[in-house]
Amino acid sequence: MKVMVAVKRVVDYAVKIRVKPDKSGVETSNVKMSMNPFCEIALEEALRIREAGAAAEVVAVSVGPAQCVDTLRTALAMGADRAVHVDVGAAPVLPLSVAKILKALVQVEQPGLLILGKQAIDDDCNQTGQMVAGLLRWPQGTFASKVVLDKEKQEATVEREVDGGIETLSLDLPAVITTDLRLNQPRYATLPNIMKAKSKVIKKVTPADLNVELKPDLEVVQVTEPPKRKAGVIVSSVDELIDKLKNEAHIL
Amino acid sequence: MAAVAMLKRCLLRNSRPFYALSPSPSSSPSPPIRGSLSRFVSTLVLAEHEGGMVKQSSLSAVAAASAVNKEKSVTVLLGGSGLALHKAASHAASCHPSVSQVLVADADILVHPLAETWAELVNLVQHQGNYSHIITTSNSFGKNVLPRAAALLDVSPVTDVVEISEPHLFIRPIYAGNALCTIRYAGKGPCMMTIRSTSFTLPSCSTETKSDEAPISQVDLSSFDEGSIPKSRWLKLVSQESERPDLGNARIVVTGGRGLKSAENFKLLEKLAEKLGAAVGATRAAVDAGFVPNDLQVGQTGKIVAPELYMAFGVSGAIQHLAGMRDSKVIVAVNKDADAPIFQVADYGLVADLFEVIPELIEKLPDKK
Repeated sequence: MKVMVAVKRVVDYAVKIRVKPDKSGVETSNVKMSMNPFCEIALEEALRIREAGAAAEVVAVSVGPAQCVDTLRTALAMGADRAVHVDVGAAPVLPLSVAKILKALVQVEQPGLLILGKQAIDDDCNQTGQMVAGLLRWPQGTFASKVVLDKEKQEATVEREVDGGIETLSLDLPAVITTDLRLNQPRYATLPNIMKAKSKVIKKVTPADLNVELKPDLEVVQVTEPPKRKAGVIVSSVDELIDKLKNEAHIL
Repeated sequence: MAAVAMLKRCLLRNSRPFYALSPSPSSSPSPPIRGSLSRFVSTLVLAEHEGGMVKQSSLSAVAAASAVNKEKSVTVLLGGSGLALHKAASHAASCHPSVSQVLVADADILVHPLAETWAELVNLVQHQGNYSHIITTSNSFGKNVLPRAAALLDVSPVTDVVEISEPHLFIRPIYAGNALCTIRYAGKGPCMMTIRSTSFTLPSCSTETKSDEAPISQVDLSSFDEGSIPKSRWLKLVSQESERPDLGNARIVVTGGRGLKSAENFKLLEKLAEKLGAAVGATRAAVDAGFVPNDLQVGQTGKIVAPELYMAFGVSGAIQHLAGMRDSKVIVAVNKDADAPIFQVADYGLVADLFEVIPELIEKLPDKK
């Protein structure tokens, strides 16, 4: 069985972002970029599945501009067998477009499992996995905190983090899984593997090659900063805190 | 327009200046004439129910639906089976004056919240009703189902909406709430969205008498092909029983971070919560360390809360945690480290040992009424 993992290149999680003065978006030039943390977890899970003998190959894919290859090299360095870059140019693509592209790639690669991060930390959409699953008419296990594959039965038992606690589902393969924070701790790519990855071939395709037509139906009108909170005060004792909450904030 | 502005103010829980009340984006083109558009607005709200009542989180979705269009044009969709479903339908029928119809999908396969089944249901109901908008709450159910349903309908959904500026113009947070994105839906299909429940609440200032009960009808499931639905099975849900109020709706939330140091110490926080009638929250660090279960996590990828009072104990204030609580009306932070980033968002900060502060608070706070 093949496992396909979709990874996204995003602004690093520790960066303090700035909104562009013209309100057209967030400043991303000269800013540290990394693989989306949830995508790292997705890739790690795929690698563990291969290492456990339940899969033969891990293919990493990324949909985005030319710089995506950096993220794919990281994926190869972590241990992915192959990488595919779908070049969509510089403009951002909507989750539905990514989902359509992934569907086309799945139809080419025929994996038994497609794993993605549950959300990207830039747009925080949390949509792509669910959408690909819908387009493919595959079952979905989102926000996964544990995945156990049964090769014989061709099933995945997925524990999910939901509002009320942990929900357990059983899905027939092939299926789509999206990863939540506690699924695993991703490995670091070792320096020798990073060096080896530099010379690996990354296959490049375009949406046209996959017969996918992108028809964006959402437009970004502007990006703004959220309202700033009024500066707070430091109190010096519990008594003062209670007094402020009672008589200033009128909360107690 | 004055009535809509008033409704907006009622819908927003916070009285302090909130971006939804600020002037509309200066660069947006002139909005379509509201009167002519409202004729064509009909909203489907995908709702959840529990114990014979529509869930609080779904009532927020109804409130959001009524913000799209002030006409009585909201259809509430409920699914499941049994007496509880029908009781919930009655509740839905009179929960808000905007509700003009309640649809009940009665089938055993809808008892569990499986996305594969529910997305197909939404698809079916949309083909039957041709709604202009489909709305649900951005909770684990809505997030799981709505994007899948949107893909079936070939529509890009807008998720985690915090403001509906116009029927096709929305604002949603990005980058863990450090930026706000104004988005216009320009597609031909239904406009589909999940809304953040803390941004839309039922008007508490409403003086309307109990609304007329909307008609309740059964969804025609005769063409619902169970065989074509991809196979998934719901096995179980493990929850922690708690007497504490629901984190998503509580008026006061007390949160513990890594500084609590152990699961045992969280019991101390619970005592404070008991005193205040508060819900208990936690940071990712505390959940990762095993101090508390995952459903207490507040943050970018956990629960988003906006209580009247948020008290953070031993919380450093990472960007990802702030994303989940920055809209709280009053924020209190207690941390030994004076440089902790949490103090930059706190209205009242106390640099002290939480293990001394919490017992002192428990002792000195008045009992909740």
